[in-house]
Amino acid sequence: MITIELIVVSVPIGVALAITLGVARVYGNRSVSLVATSIVGIFRGFPAIVTLFIIFFALPDVGVFFSPYWSAVLGFVLVTGAYQSEYVRGSIQSVQAGQSLAAEALGMSKPQEIVHIILPQALRAALPGISNEIIYLILYSSLASYIGVQEIFGVARTFNSLEFKPIEIFLTAGLMYAAIATVCFVGFRLLERRLRIPGLEAAR
Amino acid sequence: MAAFAEFLPYILSGVVWTLGLVAGGIGIGFVIGLLMSIGQIYGGEDIKAILHAYVWFFRSIPLIVLLFLFYFGVFPATGFKLDPLACSIVVLGLRSGAYQSQIFRGAILSLGDTQLLAARALGMSKLRGIFHIVLPQALRISLPGWSNEYATMIKDSAITFTLGVLEILTRTRYVAMATHQPLIPYFFAGGLFIVLTYAGSKIVNTVYERTKIPGLVGRL
Amino acid sequence: MADGEVVLKVEDLEKTYAGNKVLNGVSFEIDRGQIKVICGPSGSGKSTLLRCLNLLTHPDKGRVWLEGKEITHEVGDVNKARQKIGFVFQEFNLFNHLTALKNVSIALEIVKKMKKDEARDLALKELGRVNLADDAHKYPAELSGGQKQRVAIARALAMNPVIMFYDEPTSALDPHLIGEVLDVMKKLAQEKLTSLVVTHEIGFARSVADEIMFMGDGKILERGPPNQVIENSKHEVVQKFFKRINELYRRNEA
Repeated sequence: MITIELIVVSVPIGVALAITLGVARVYGNRSVSLVATSIVGIFRGFPAIVTLFIIFFALPDVGVFFSPYWSAVLGFVLVTGAYQSEYVRGSIQSVQAGQSLAAEALGMSKPQEIVHIILPQALRAALPGISNEIIYLILYSSLASYIGVQEIFGVARTFNSLEFKPIEIFLTAGLMYAAIATVCFVGFRLLERRLRIPGLEAAR
Repeated sequence: MAAFAEFLPYILSGVVWTLGLVAGGIGIGFVIGLLMSIGQIYGGEDIKAILHAYVWFFRSIPLIVLLFLFYFGVFPATGFKLDPLACSIVVLGLRSGAYQSQIFRGAILSLGDTQLLAARALGMSKLRGIFHIVLPQALRISLPGWSNEYATMIKDSAITFTLGVLEILTRTRYVAMATHQPLIPYFFAGGLFIVLTYAGSKIVNTVYERTKIPGLVGRL
Repeated sequence: MADGEVVLKVEDLEKTYAGNKVLNGVSFEIDRGQIKVICGPSGSGKSTLLRCLNLLTHPDKGRVWLEGKEITHEVGDVNKARQKIGFVFQEFNLFNHLTALKNVSIALEIVKKMKKDEARDLALKELGRVNLADDAHKYPAELSGGQKQRVAIARALAMNPVIMFYDEPTSALDPHLIGEVLDVMKKLAQEKLTSLVVTHEIGFARSVADEIMFMGDGKILERGPPNQVIENSKHEVVQKFFKRINELYRRNEA
């Protein structure tokens, strides 16, 4: 099913983008940080559908062509990456300063410190927020049907135009999204529990 | 570019519609959310279950699907003839109610039992206590969550283009198709949304600052 | 590398924080095998001094040499220099997401590029040195304050430093836990591990320190063997300080 494929592809790239943006905003120099902040500002500020339209309908004007599928992926990656980066940034800043000091005192370089000490703690803290955003993405994937992707909602509309049974069709479609979202929700709660470090919650 | 300038007023007049959608949606959502939150905290088990299901339903189904479901399905079936704008506002409101109920619920819970206990000890009935003591504080604590809800609503209002509501995005699409130059109109629309979001958040922040009670640490 | 060689040399260190001159010209040397203690009232710049020495904070003026090599302005070599300095913090600063064992071994793996097994074995050995081999698999949140600090010491020791810095290592501990940490520190001092200790624990200073340096107003007001500084100081400020501490100790015993 295309919807699931879209999500499975967009999420990892989106998370990677979020981490990059978050780290760039906290640890980057002024220009890097400015670029990252602008990217986040734009893609959080534009409605997701506008981003999708720009990629699919407007970019061809300047010679950049993406297929419906890849337009959707790119759009989702940018949007979810931007939203998630806020959580990542916040949680990085919430990691105690002492952790940084200890890492530096041992002779770790900044990249080593970020990768081995800061991010493992920050990402655990950001997980609830990130999983929230992923669930939003599942719901917003329905917009992809307006740039030609045959995902759940698009298929539903097609059915509805063939055989007009709106309540049945759209309710089913809606519940399919709900099912995917709920499964993910439960999955994330379990993931959080598995990753919990004894006592780390209490420290916050 | 010149062609676009011609159509600028057309797009801008969509702002009124967008704000109307948002105001209506948040307004309805406020009433629903408030009542639901009280029910979810102080209500019996049955009420809690029903409300829980409501929240799950409106938060787990995409907005587009809800719009189509109600516009093409539910309303015609029940005999209500709603135009796209009214239908959109209702659906946005129902959905926002689900989200806002969670905001208020969190705010009320963060206050703890003590406030209501004190009110009842003074002789107030449960209802009076909730209304006069718990709610005012909870509402202030909820302001940041509202700011969020407003920002989300502004962007979600764009989705009503699917029903043809003449808000910003619908108009932008017409312009893009008419001028065959989609780049500028869409970016402009995006920028417009950002401005609206920013302005609204600023207002909510000012209210939050003005009504801050010294020492009351709310959820921020 | 014989005894009597200068491990750490500090010259004219100055640092200003928010208009306050926290360090106002600090100079001293530490030879290999020496244990030096810094005492003084709060705010006299003791912590800032330590952090300037391994460049966690940068001094405004002054120079620092480690084993004869200047480290003050060598940005590229800072990490190398820090590997040779073992730093123990007042707030422990253990890595919360790692077990005690991992806390000790992680820098060995990442910074010293040791193989995982080697690092693990060395880490266990160091934990044994501080009497915590049995708790190697616990997370920091599961350890008492005294245990945490001992893990912190093991973590610093594992890097095989040429000098140890202790920044008020027992100040954040409940009284009944102070002893276990001081015992470890005393043991290490007896093994002649060059150390610079900022502390209020006068008993510790008396028993192991070769020299006490008293800091006040950003300067070293007096330095000398423990008994001289504590009992026979010529400075009024120093006299007052130790008199007060003695009173507090006596009151506790009474």
